[in-house]
Amino acid sequence: MSLSEVEATTESEQVEQPAGNLRKEAWKRLRRDPVALVGFGLIAFFVLVAIFAPLIAPYAPDAQPGRGMITPTSIPGPSAEHWFGLDASGRDEFSRVVYGARQSLLVGVVATLFGMAGGLLLGVLAGAFGGKVDAVVMRIVDVMLSIPGLLMAIAIAALLGASLWSVMIAIAIINVPVFARLLRGQMLAQRGSDYVLAAVSIGVRRRPIVLGHILPNSISPVIVQATLTLATAIIEAAGLSFLGLGSADPRVPEWGRMLADTQRYLASAPHLAFFPGIAIVIAALGFTMLGERLREAIDPKYRR
Amino acid sequence: MIDSEPLLDVRELSVTFTRKGGPTVRAVDGVSFTVRPGETVGLVGESGSGKSVTSLAVMGLLPRRGVEVGGQVLFDGDDLLTLPRDRMRDIRGRDIAMVFQDPMSSLNPVVPIGVQVTEVLERHQDLSGDAARSAAAELLSRVGIPDPTRRLKEYPHQLSGGMRQRALIAMALACRPRVLIADEPTTALDVTIQAQIIELLKELVQDTGAALVMITHDLGIVAGLCDTVHVMYSGRIVESAGRRELFAQPRHPYTGGLLASVPRLDAPRGRPLHPIPGSPTDVLRWSRGCAFAPRCPNRIEPCTDGPPPLESIGGRSLRCLNPLAETEEVAAR
Repeated sequence: MSLSEVEATTESEQVEQPAGNLRKEAWKRLRRDPVALVGFGLIAFFVLVAIFAPLIAPYAPDAQPGRGMITPTSIPGPSAEHWFGLDASGRDEFSRVVYGARQSLLVGVVATLFGMAGGLLLGVLAGAFGGKVDAVVMRIVDVMLSIPGLLMAIAIAALLGASLWSVMIAIAIINVPVFARLLRGQMLAQRGSDYVLAAVSIGVRRRPIVLGHILPNSISPVIVQATLTLATAIIEAAGLSFLGLGSADPRVPEWGRMLADTQRYLASAPHLAFFPGIAIVIAALGFTMLGERLREAIDPKYRR
Repeated sequence: MIDSEPLLDVRELSVTFTRKGGPTVRAVDGVSFTVRPGETVGLVGESGSGKSVTSLAVMGLLPRRGVEVGGQVLFDGDDLLTLPRDRMRDIRGRDIAMVFQDPMSSLNPVVPIGVQVTEVLERHQDLSGDAARSAAAELLSRVGIPDPTRRLKEYPHQLSGGMRQRALIAMALACRPRVLIADEPTTALDVTIQAQIIELLKELVQDTGAALVMITHDLGIVAGLCDTVHVMYSGRIVESAGRRELFAQPRHPYTGGLLASVPRLDAPRGRPLHPIPGSPTDVLRWSRGCAFAPRCPNRIEPCTDGPPPLESIGGRSLRCLNPLAETEEVAAR
């Protein structure tokens, strides 16, 4: 171990020692974690692009400024005028990728929130009541988890018909069991803790114990999971759109759909696959990096 | 006062832990004792003697699954063990409250102190909002927490161990319960703080007229606090006596061993400590004889023939076939 490393460790120990509060300490650790910061930066970039898409994109997503430049055999690639080139309909690829961030963010956030809400409900039910309620809820969860997620999402989305909503609902549903199982486990672990016993010993009723004591102590891993789920939700949303289960409106730019539309031109215009693909990767990577490091910061078990 | 009717009457309490595929463990075995209004009762024993399980059973805090509780716990004429859950919840915190061993983990880390203290007031006294908050501040100042209004907004990690135990005591005594059970309330604290907490408990118990059941392994605490002492070993009471009688003249060899093992400042330098030989795991099943027999210096042949009965001798109860002689221990000092 070099001298600078020695200094670095003693310094970090000094900083960590006085912090008694786990969350504060986790936050502190997170702020000093370069990977988490990069992840956060990617997310911020992605969110800002989505919010300010009309200011960033030079063209409307459905405008066809290059209609005359497209022939069946040649689709112009990146140029000074069109940074990411043109697509098969002569639309500005850069503008479409920028606007596409909105769809991905919307689907990701809405699907994750709904999935989390459903999971919290089931998890609290199972974790708070235990016994038969727990057994029933967890068997349902097991059944759902036994079906591959994407396969189930495809089935649900197909059943609901191609639309943005069905994508969101499908992704939300497949994430419900993940959150439910996680929260239940956390709550069961907390149920036996001293502070719960102490609360019971002064006569606090069950509901305030579950909602006021156990739940707040079980929620941290759920927040971590939500961050990670955002990443997979974005990928899954792209996947569903790729399969034609997303919005039926071809004018709405969506990364997965853009990839699907590209298939026929892959040989002549690889840039049409490259840019939406990179966009998906960046958005998902940002949430994954932050989520993983958040998990490590909150739960010392995962720390390396 | 001592002659009044018992407030809490524990009769033949037994607790058995059952496990699927494992042996059953009888942690508490036929324990009986009474607590009169305002009385301070000590339950003394080493780890694993069943004293904490006894307190949890009295409070109805043992898990329902895998635990069998027998006997009776009479409080106000009701058997707490058979009381419906709702009524038991009403009693807990209002009539009987408990202070736990570890103040570090007995407060919810993510809930402000104030919320946790007001919770018990809202639950049992229909206080809410500002009234509950000012009552909580009042309580904190009574247990010696300075600047209580500020402390109410703080989280447990911002308080020292002693402060947290004070806050927990405040919560336990918030509704002026008639019985307070303190399960090793000072074990997790610094020695200097221990004395303060014991003083505080003593004072508050006197002020509120609550009876105190002090569960401890620390004979020093018992000596300074308790009216009556029950010594437990391996789930049974082996000796019960008034504090003075017990300390002046322990009769059970285990009690004698406990007293002799306390280091004395007035002993000559270099005098070795007197541990009780063996460990609490060297026990005999009570059904086969005296559980303490394997470690007992006074063991005689009949000790391992069957369980020794609890007999009343001269104002105390004793479970021993060959007790320490009346003067032996006094002479040894």
